[in-house]
Amino acid sequence: MSAYKIVDHEYDVLVVGAGGSGLRAAVGLSESGLKTACISKVFPTRSHTAAAQGGISAALGNAGEDDWRWHMYDTVKGSDWLGDQDCIEYLCKEAPKAVIELERYGVPFSRNKDGKIYQRAFGGMTKNYGNEPVQRTCAAADRTGHAILHTLYGQALKHKTEFFIEYFALDLLMKNGECKGVIAWNLNDGTIHRFRSHITIIATGGYGKIYYSATAAHTCTGDGNGMSLRAGLPLQDMEFVQFHPTGLYGIGCLISEAVRGEGGFLVNSKGERFMEKYAPKAKDLASRDVVSRSMAIEINQGRGIGENKDHIHLHIDHIDPKIIESRLPGISESVETFVHRDVTKDPIPVVPTVHYNMGGIPTNYKAEVITSNGSDKTVPGLMAIGEAACVSVHGANRLGSNSLIDLVVFGKAAAERASELVKPNSPHEEISSDETDKCLDRFDRLRNGNGSNKTSELRLSMQKTMQEKCAVFRTDKTLREGVNEIKKPFDGLESVSVKDKSLVFNTDLMETLEFDNLIRQAITTMESAYHRKESRGAHAREDFPSRDDKNFMKHTLSWHDGNKVKINYRKVNLSTLTNDVQTFPPKERIY
Amino acid sequence: MVQFNLPKNSKILKGNYFKDETGSSNIKVVHVYRWDPEKNENPREDTFEVDLNTCGNKVLDILNKIKSDLDSSLAFRKSCAHGVCGSCAMNVDGVNTLSCMKSHKEIKGELRIFPLPHLKVIKDLVADLSTLYKQYESIEPWLKTTELKSQTSEINQSKENRDKLDGLYECIMCACCSTSCPSYWWNGDKYLGPAVLLQAYRWISDSRDEEKKERLKMVADKLKLYRCHTIMNCTSSCPKGLNPAKAIASIKKMLVSS
Repeated sequence: MSAYKIVDHEYDVLVVGAGGSGLRAAVGLSESGLKTACISKVFPTRSHTAAAQGGISAALGNAGEDDWRWHMYDTVKGSDWLGDQDCIEYLCKEAPKAVIELERYGVPFSRNKDGKIYQRAFGGMTKNYGNEPVQRTCAAADRTGHAILHTLYGQALKHKTEFFIEYFALDLLMKNGECKGVIAWNLNDGTIHRFRSHITIIATGGYGKIYYSATAAHTCTGDGNGMSLRAGLPLQDMEFVQFHPTGLYGIGCLISEAVRGEGGFLVNSKGERFMEKYAPKAKDLASRDVVSRSMAIEINQGRGIGENKDHIHLHIDHIDPKIIESRLPGISESVETFVHRDVTKDPIPVVPTVHYNMGGIPTNYKAEVITSNGSDKTVPGLMAIGEAACVSVHGANRLGSNSLIDLVVFGKAAAERASELVKPNSPHEEISSDETDKCLDRFDRLRNGNGSNKTSELRLSMQKTMQEKCAVFRTDKTLREGVNEIKKPFDGLESVSVKDKSLVFNTDLMETLEFDNLIRQAITTMESAYHRKESRGAHAREDFPSRDDKNFMKHTLSWHDGNKVKINYRKVNLSTLTNDVQTFPPKERIY
Repeated sequence: MVQFNLPKNSKILKGNYFKDETGSSNIKVVHVYRWDPEKNENPREDTFEVDLNTCGNKVLDILNKIKSDLDSSLAFRKSCAHGVCGSCAMNVDGVNTLSCMKSHKEIKGELRIFPLPHLKVIKDLVADLSTLYKQYESIEPWLKTTELKSQTSEINQSKENRDKLDGLYECIMCACCSTSCPSYWWNGDKYLGPAVLLQAYRWISDSRDEEKKERLKMVADKLKLYRCHTIMNCTSSCPKGLNPAKAIASIKKMLVSS
């Protein structure tokens, strides 16, 4: 595709994405003296980390005794034993250091009366291996993600990270199974850029937008996951999609778990606090998959609220308005803006809403990407972090406030590993023009799409199919239908219509490229769900209601090629990283 | 008397009219600013008839509907859709705001949507914020402390001191305030503007920061700071309910008393 003029760049390390994990990696890389570029399709502080509300988990023990091993136990249990225990050990052990570091970067954490970081209760976080709730979630009111994201961007500026803002990454440049960089499109002037780098770190976030109703931003299209699939690499555990119990009814806006952490509770149309029935000990602070399923059962059995009996009420009107004002100001604002209710007087209408992707690009605890041809092997030159990655620390279900800590712990780990692997300013290999052409062919083909299918229609069809066939509860029938139906919007891309042919800020084309990324992830999600014939964490099969450790204690790997998906599995690592802690063997999961 | 005329190519012409084809009786007429940098044409104002029966309550819902159903070439920024990322700032019915938070039901009659004022337009509703971002960098938005980084506990901060950051750290840098300020319109390259000064004040107010004096000195400049003439447009346009005018006044007061 010689028609496009290409601007070349060379960097030691390239970070794709500028949310919490990408920025944390960029800060570490710049500090270590590596020549680092960070490209992002949005200005860094617009990244979806900004929307994280409740907090970041770490066993600091600022509100009573705590231990990182308890945090590890909770995370293993939360993952329904699908998480890799070496990685979970690393996450929980490093967490306190990572939060202290954020505070020293300047994050405006809320404070307790001793002037230390304020910590609140969150779902699934307990004392002494599953006993009473512990306050482990460090918070900046209910704007913790916003506070962290802005602070990390400031740190990146301090360390003079080179940003390429509003650059849309198109594809990975691969050579003999190694990653050599990325091709990107500068939205602001329409130019094409080839970034060569010794290591490329994918930090592009989740892909919530495969669903119709999600707390995810419009930009959560999993572009890095899409690029990985096109590069012939597998994604892992895609069937595990977290439904957050409290998405604002009819809007999809997130209502933080912090509401329940501060004493809020759920009520059905009979006025019953039904969580007491499903989780006698943890009640409203059971883990998210458990609460979402309980809400879905209440609604399915006719005890939902409203004209259509299709939602649940979340109450915080019994809490002192002063506490709400200081700890949950953002929630009050959202509820007022979107449903015109006063949370100090009225209940909040909520419904389980797609929120987080446990699945993604498989990596080890050093953030190196893994592929498999019978046995694990790392992909040289490629790393993944944050929601884009599947380390796997969240397994089949992530605990609230474990995502922000995942971002900074593994963002830092990636930077440390990259500085071990790369010598600053070492020379770059040539990349064949074939590889560049292949990427630009796809770009050019979509740009010149003159067919009859609108991108918006294809996207809507995908989102409705995912919403109907791959919801909180799944069956063989819904998933089988889903596997067939989800291929249609992918085929529809063959005759897509892109009206805008320009190159400067062509959001018509950008949304089409994003759809191309989304639909591949929708297909692998549906196929992975179809093949997992058990219930574990967020994957609830009505036809296979129990966990089946004998056959399914394994990670799903899915490759996508044309209209075909290849499924394979790799084993879950139950061994710990060190002798500081022993393996938590699988047991029944009761809250 | 001197007469000022806009250059010919900046005059906004009447654009395309997209008539409703659904037959809906609940129609909103929406005028949207359009400009394509790759065509050698004047900016224009396109008009869309939007069926409100199948549209959400916010201005962003209208824009999404136009893009999905009527004209996919319309360019605007959007991301979180919940008022926390600051992407979709624009001028709606003459006021700068976040289109995802602004209800179109509050606007009687026809709706007019323009890019944030007095910025270079990149395309349609997408404005160039690069100058503002550079100004943000210039205030060095990071904590300055001599305490060792490797220490194992947080820097102590009392609740009272932490409270001083409320109303400051929440800023999402949407630029609604700065681009509503006439002083910033005239001297946007030199005057830091309300958004950036609010951020400067956020770091000046942080009890953990040890360079308060240097920070004050850095902004104490007749152009950077004192171009603020307390017009207060900034505060009235902030979609997050923050008060940049008060922050600027506080900086001025600190300079007088320091």
